Amino acid sequence: MNWTSVGIFGLAATLVVGAVVTGERVISRQDRTDRVTVIYWEKWTGSEGEEMRKVVNAFNESQDRIFVKYLSISGIDSKTRLAIAGGNPPDVAGIWGDQVVQFADANALTDLTELANDKGLDENYYIPAYWDGYVYKDKVWALPSTPAAIALHARPDLLPPEVATPETFPKTFEALDALVEKISVQGPNGSLKLAGFLPSNPGWWNWAWGYYFGGQLITGDKVTIDTPENLRAFRWIAKYTKKFGSKEVQSFQGGFGNFASPQDPFMSGKVAAEQNGVWKANYINVYKPGLEWFAVPMPYPADRPDLKGRSNLSQDVLCIPRGAKHVKEAFEFLSFVQKQDVMEGLCSAHGKNSPLAKVSEKFFDTHPNKYIRLFDQLARSPGAFNIPKVGVFPQISNEMNVAFQEVNSEQKTPERALADAQQRAEIIWSTYRKQVLAQ
Amino acid sequence: MKKDLRIGLLFALPWILGFIIFLAYPVLASLYYSFTNFSILREPSYVGADNYAELASDTVFHKALINTLIYAVGAVPLSTVVAIGLAMLLNTKVKGMSYYRTIFFLPSLVPMVALGTLFLWIFNGDYGLLNEGIRAANLEPPNWLGDPAWSKSTLMLISMWGCGQAMVIYLAGLQNVPVSLYEAADLDGAKLGKKIWNVTLPMLSPVILFNVVMGIIGALQVFAVPYVMFPGGAPARSTYFIASYLFDNAFQYQRMGYASAVGWVMFIITLVLTLLALKMSDRHVHYETE
Repeated sequence: MNWTSVGIFGLAATLVVGAVVTGERVISRQDRTDRVTVIYWEKWTGSEGEEMRKVVNAFNESQDRIFVKYLSISGIDSKTRLAIAGGNPPDVAGIWGDQVVQFADANALTDLTELANDKGLDENYYIPAYWDGYVYKDKVWALPSTPAAIALHARPDLLPPEVATPETFPKTFEALDALVEKISVQGPNGSLKLAGFLPSNPGWWNWAWGYYFGGQLITGDKVTIDTPENLRAFRWIAKYTKKFGSKEVQSFQGGFGNFASPQDPFMSGKVAAEQNGVWKANYINVYKPGLEWFAVPMPYPADRPDLKGRSNLSQDVLCIPRGAKHVKEAFEFLSFVQKQDVMEGLCSAHGKNSPLAKVSEKFFDTHPNKYIRLFDQLARSPGAFNIPKVGVFPQISNEMNVAFQEVNSEQKTPERALADAQQRAEIIWSTYRKQVLAQ
Repeated sequence: MKKDLRIGLLFALPWILGFIIFLAYPVLASLYYSFTNFSILREPSYVGADNYAELASDTVFHKALINTLIYAVGAVPLSTVVAIGLAMLLNTKVKGMSYYRTIFFLPSLVPMVALGTLFLWIFNGDYGLLNEGIRAANLEPPNWLGDPAWSKSTLMLISMWGCGQAMVIYLAGLQNVPVSLYEAADLDGAKLGKKIWNVTLPMLSPVILFNVVMGIIGALQVFAVPYVMFPGGAPARSTYFIASYLFDNAFQYQRMGYASAVGWVMFIITLVLTLLALKMSDRHVHYETE
């Protein structure tokens, strides 16, 4: 081997050794020695992301020991998981509330129980149904950024005057069905022009329909998709497909624009009423200012008045991934977000209700959603419900989506669709228990 | 000689390292993981052939596999016929042909995600450009995106959009067909159809084989366009393909071991289909050197 070869090999070896030795320093996110930099990955972009950035800026200005570096990340769940596996996760991650159990089961989160207790962030500080979403196996895994509740939104200009107020709008599914029958408009060839209501719109909570009829997807440790209550819900869904025609519904829905646009079916007047979240008001204010609308609780079956006031809760949460370098500092930021004034400011800017047990009158008075008190009441109602606390919820939700689409396209009867979903979900749940929970 | 070998290896070292780190190791690791329960965030635990046994009875996997095979059976011949047809048109002597060739190749440069978004508008059942055209002809248009009976056909039609790559290869193949063969056919009184069937296609057969094999491999890996256009394989899993199922298991459900098993089963299916295509080619592919 001549000196040239030795030189090239030497250079290559130096580069490799140098990369290994300085690697940690090169990838370190600490830009200054006089403060700790906390890396915060958040899924939000656009105006929601900007509002969170304001909170981050307020925290950074409130002290000089910790600097939170805010980064909007798409696909935050998978990227956070891979970063944890790679040993270099962010210090704070803003994930969806329905991922908390899955992440906790995967050993992906830092247990926040003690840190939260020390700061007095316990079940008394939050609305109980929301608090339930942060706790799994008696440990606290996340704290809220913004929560939401679901209600029925309606447009009075598309309704007969006698039901065009929150007080007079139908309260039961049966009364809603009768109203839909009365106000929906179909062309001579059957094509839909106006739908009073469609269970498939916006299609984000297909798993939850059974809950409004008294059902559950998981009861104890059993999958209970094919129970009579869930079946009743799916028969009700099938009734709408039959009423309007499967092809007509599909074609009609094909023309729906994006929810964050003036072509949204509710804003453009294609549907008179729809199930949606507290944030809807913000989108209406941006894309269809001046639109007349109101919100009421979701209907209940006439023979089940005990199901009055049910609402599907969802939330965005902040967690500290396992392996985060600055847990204490990250939690300081989390607890800053939990302050009543900060939380109310953020929730108001996002058009959401507050997850905190204590809410100021100013929050209600200045909130952009004129029905914010309703959403607050729904979240506090005993009928409020979260997703089932199982790590396989994404799969079960997918199975319910498929069952819904099969019924909605008249490919299967409700009985067949739910029986198939039950069978699939049982296998998924049993495998998960064996492979993940038994570990 | 040894010195030359060393220097040669040194220059090849970046590629060798890249191959080992980014291809060979992941491939072998995925084979190992396919026999484990591995969630990325925990150490893999050996489960023997459990993942493969589960695949055998997994109805969603079966559905995804059938969808993928149906798609391949529809998309590969369609793209092949269109690409050969276009190549033949672009092989004629017309003024400004180089511009036409560029124009017909351009669509295959459009990124898959942009393509998916574009076709969401074109195939929209209510106000899509395609259905507007069908309605203008007084026909009842289908709901391309929302009807499970039409969703796979929609994707097959879209697959034609990317046939520019194959078209260029066919074009090169067509230009290598000896003119003397066409002249001999002319002397025998052969018409255009006979010339295509007896001269062009046999002479093009090695290129067709190559493109069909590449097409099969590509079709079995279809992912980006359905992922953008039909989230979750909607409607009712009619557009749920193997690659989507692999992705969901790996990155949504944290079942990397199971996803690896899906990948390996798919690899074996691809290998078998490729070998089958090569075996069948013995009788139908004519090489000039034979």
